Amino acid sequence: MSSPLTTASPAAPAEPAGPGRRAPRLRRPRGGHQPGRPKRSVLLTVLASLVVLYTVVPLIWLAVNATKTQSGLADSSGLWFARDFALWDNVRETFTYDDGVFTRWLLNTLLYVVLGAGGATLLAVLGGYALAKFAFPGKRGIFALVIGAVAVPGTALAVPTFLMFSKMGLTDTPWAVIIPSLVSPFGLYLMWVFATEAIPTELLEAARIDGAGEARTFFRVALPLLAPGIVTVLLFTTVATWNNYFLPLIMLKDPDWYPLTLGLSAWNSQAETIGGDVIFNLVITGSLLTILPLIAAFLLLQKYWQSGLSAGSVKE
Amino acid sequence: MTTLQPPAAAEPRPAPPPARRDRRSWTGWGFIGPFVAVFALVFLAPIAYSIYLSLFRDQLIGGTTFVGLDNYTQALKDERFWDSLGRVTLFLLIQVPIMLGIALLAALALDSGRLYGKSFFRITIFLPYAVPAVVATLMWGFMYGTKYGLVGDINGAFGVTLPDPLSPDLVLASIGNIVTWEFVGYNMLIFYSALRVVPHSLYEAAEIDGAGQFRVITAIKLPAIRGALVIATIFSIIGSFQLFNEPSILRPLARNAITTDYTPNFYTYSLSFNGQQHNYSATVAIIMGLITMVIAYVVQLRGMRKGA
Repeated sequence: MSSPLTTASPAAPAEPAGPGRRAPRLRRPRGGHQPGRPKRSVLLTVLASLVVLYTVVPLIWLAVNATKTQSGLADSSGLWFARDFALWDNVRETFTYDDGVFTRWLLNTLLYVVLGAGGATLLAVLGGYALAKFAFPGKRGIFALVIGAVAVPGTALAVPTFLMFSKMGLTDTPWAVIIPSLVSPFGLYLMWVFATEAIPTELLEAARIDGAGEARTFFRVALPLLAPGIVTVLLFTTVATWNNYFLPLIMLKDPDWYPLTLGLSAWNSQAETIGGDVIFNLVITGSLLTILPLIAAFLLLQKYWQSGLSAGSVKE
Repeated sequence: MTTLQPPAAAEPRPAPPPARRDRRSWTGWGFIGPFVAVFALVFLAPIAYSIYLSLFRDQLIGGTTFVGLDNYTQALKDERFWDSLGRVTLFLLIQVPIMLGIALLAALALDSGRLYGKSFFRITIFLPYAVPAVVATLMWGFMYGTKYGLVGDINGAFGVTLPDPLSPDLVLASIGNIVTWEFVGYNMLIFYSALRVVPHSLYEAAEIDGAGQFRVITAIKLPAIRGALVIATIFSIIGSFQLFNEPSILRPLARNAITTDYTPNFYTYSLSFNGQQHNYSATVAIIMGLITMVIAYVVQLRGMRKGA
């Protein structure tokens, strides 16, 4: 109940100082900095390249091996192509295998992302705006609750959530995955800090004096200013939903409702069952297809989410 | 002197803070209400329910009976639980410092402005974060394999026999490598974002005082991002205690190395879904939750106090 959450609440004072305190507003601290632009260092670049190598080699491995057939996988080197280039065959087979169940999983994942991550972002934006710009009864309590929630291991909640949902008849339906995805404490926190920074209170006052209602003020004045923060939160909740594995694993029995993650691991373990079809080539190609949309989203939206993230750490 | 003033004066003079918004009203609830409602359903209710569950026992004969704290005393004597807890503790003591250390060094390197192709580094190191744990584990699992994997390649190419990453002795380290791979970039970005908002005037002042790079890092940068460091540490600890995805997906490849009670979370999962022991599973989950929170809290206290 609330007891474990209040345990964490003494931690609160360290935090609210940020959003609450009115720091002299530092516009982007970059700009007018000229003296002694640091010299570029080859050594440092080489060292950083080692880290890049570490993060990228597995991705290259995945891309290379998605081009191989099942037999090519077995008898070629992991980091180079096999004699036959089977990428397109693999992609086609991934989508058509087992009556196109992969497509179904992809659509499920999209559904969970649109409703789950979309909803989570919406709730976080509304809540963050409230915390940043309104004084209301219970505000401190909510802060403590949310900080406490971050400390509660999500998986400690999984079993009771499963039992609760199964009583409510929600397990094995998409709702069992979507509803828990709707809450993102991290998103709320980020939105809160972001809104504190990005929306000048004077602007809201002005809108109210002009006779705009709260809803109108929010949509017309606040929302546009929150855009980079919203993109950031949306991207991070999308990743959380897209990559979710544990929750669907316990909530869903029917493979027709699986998201991609669960489907892929089912394909992978299929090799183990007696008489099961060994389709590692499809597991690998499916994995590649699963990560491409997110990587594309991160690359395309770089500018927005990185500025959103920086604004989110202003409170430090 | 006066020439320095205008920028400040030109700013729409910030209204004196206290006058800002003293009237409390319920309007804010209109905005935060939906979040709180779902939060109550998804967080508070399950916690309450699991506490309730932990006080009962489901017996073959006699059905569900109230047993008070019996489940808790059972858990405290449960060797399988303690073994799994010991394992994740060992894991986090080694993996978390390595991961955060690399992330911090990379963030400092980015922030130093001394890298060629900085934005390339920033985004490439971050990319694994976009990879689901399932895919990351499948991928590394294949690569670890002596048959298709890189380990097999190296063995073949150099005529050596590397230790098997999936053997009982090494599998924990192999899991640590997967988790490090997944989250190095994410943590780097958190640190880097925090570093970016450190006022540059501090560096200039340090430069004038003749402080070297190293001194700037220890005296300005690290203290400035202490909050981010603490938060990242807490999240990493929580993550380690919750370890489930990686071992569970790796298990088919390493059956004798990864048991179904390999981590506390794996244990509660197995209890509930393979053993139908929901009540006991809830108890173990609560104990884990409490332990996690206590540790997270201690880290936060210590982290905030240090040098404050």
